[in-house]
Amino acid sequence: MKVLLPTPLAEYTANRRETEAHGETLDEALRDLDRRHPGIRFRIVDEQDAIRPHIKIFVNRMQAASVAHRLGPFDELLIVAALSGG
Amino acid sequence: MRQLIVLVGTRKGLFVLSSADGRRTWSIAGPHFLGQIVNHAVVDPRDGRTIVAAVRAGHLGPTVYRSADLGNTWQEAKRPPAFAKREGGQSVSHVFWLTPGAASEPGRWYAGTSPQGLFVSDDGGDEWRGVDGFNEHPQRIEWIGGLQDAPPDGGTLHSINLDARDPSHLYFGMSAGGVFESRDAGATWSPMNRGCAADFLPDPDAEYGHDVHCLRMHPTTGDMYQQNHCGIYRFDAAAGKWDRIGRNMPADIGDIGFPMVLHPRDPATLWVFPMDGGSVWPRIPIGGKPAVYASRDSGRTWRRSDRGMPPEQGWFTVKRQAMTADSLDPVGLYFGTTSGEVWASADEGGEWSCIRAHLPHIYSVETALVE
Repeated sequence: MKVLLPTPLAEYTANRRETEAHGETLDEALRDLDRRHPGIRFRIVDEQDAIRPHIKIFVNRMQAASVAHRLGPFDELLIVAALSGG
Repeated sequence: MRQLIVLVGTRKGLFVLSSADGRRTWSIAGPHFLGQIVNHAVVDPRDGRTIVAAVRAGHLGPTVYRSADLGNTWQEAKRPPAFAKREGGQSVSHVFWLTPGAASEPGRWYAGTSPQGLFVSDDGGDEWRGVDGFNEHPQRIEWIGGLQDAPPDGGTLHSINLDARDPSHLYFGMSAGGVFESRDAGATWSPMNRGCAADFLPDPDAEYGHDVHCLRMHPTTGDMYQQNHCGIYRFDAAAGKWDRIGRNMPADIGDIGFPMVLHPRDPATLWVFPMDGGSVWPRIPIGGKPAVYASRDSGRTWRRSDRGMPPEQGWFTVKRQAMTADSLDPVGLYFGTTSGEVWASADEGGEWSCIRAHLPHIYSVETALVE
């Protein structure tokens, strides 16, 4: 499925903002994403498998509450780094 | 050509100051990690080439980067410090402190995190694992004061010190939690806070829960000093307790502050940067008059060192990792401010000058002699 990434994560994808990952759950898709782009998952999801506080993941424009979110083969993931702080 | 470098970790990246002419002039390189928070960056004294840096972008998880060529190129750690996964388990917010291992342990590094966790790497900072003797100890949450008691940027484990005579003998400080000691390479830990005040705790003789701001162990003699939330202390090894040497500071200055620096060769000489710990704890120089205080006799007497600093209206803060010394003779001293200035003295505090301004908020300052 298509995965759209925010600029803070582009260093893991050779500056590509659009990439691919596969899985039946968000957790599986993020692990697949990490196989393709090593290191990227830990900056999105912490060691307790919680989505990090300033990261939001949308599945077909619906926000996913956790990595247990189930995915279909034609879903699209949009990962957003919320703008905050100074 | 031998150069002295000063690594300056800031809220917006890492900068490297260098001097090749005996500290007379300085050039600057960077920023590395532009826009990212660099809590600490340290040169490996065992090879003089490797830098390990604790890095966190505001929106992403914490990580560690390594450079094998003094910052020309960087690689991210394959496995950054992270707590074990479990129901209700904690997550590392940021890597706060880095300490290289002993000369006899090439590749070993220690990292302290927020919330309070201790991690170790044996491959130069590429893969990190938790030190279970602390991180998994059933009393850990109690030691660190529970889950609510944390400063605004989170509770931290910092000031990781190795006894140069025995690298399995370790100490660290926590804010909050106090000083802890291990004599078996981190397998077991004991609180070491006897004699140290904790005026925010109901028990005046609490065993742990103290607020260490900076703990330093002398590299040759093992003498221990700490700048605490409740004063400046020297460990009296014979009595097995901390002695408040900060009571010898001028009464109108007091003994509150964050950083502490030891002379690399003389265990009786140390420097502190007193700050206002009154009322709501402004954490700025007392009266807006910045000054370092030096003791040459293990804290029995103190002398003000402010020549060259602003005589008034100087309101910056110096954080606990943001003051250090070099290893030259006479010793050079350096501190970085929250307003982005780096101040230096090439004569052990006799005269100070601002060697760099206009940097971002400074979190850490470390020095190294490199080829």
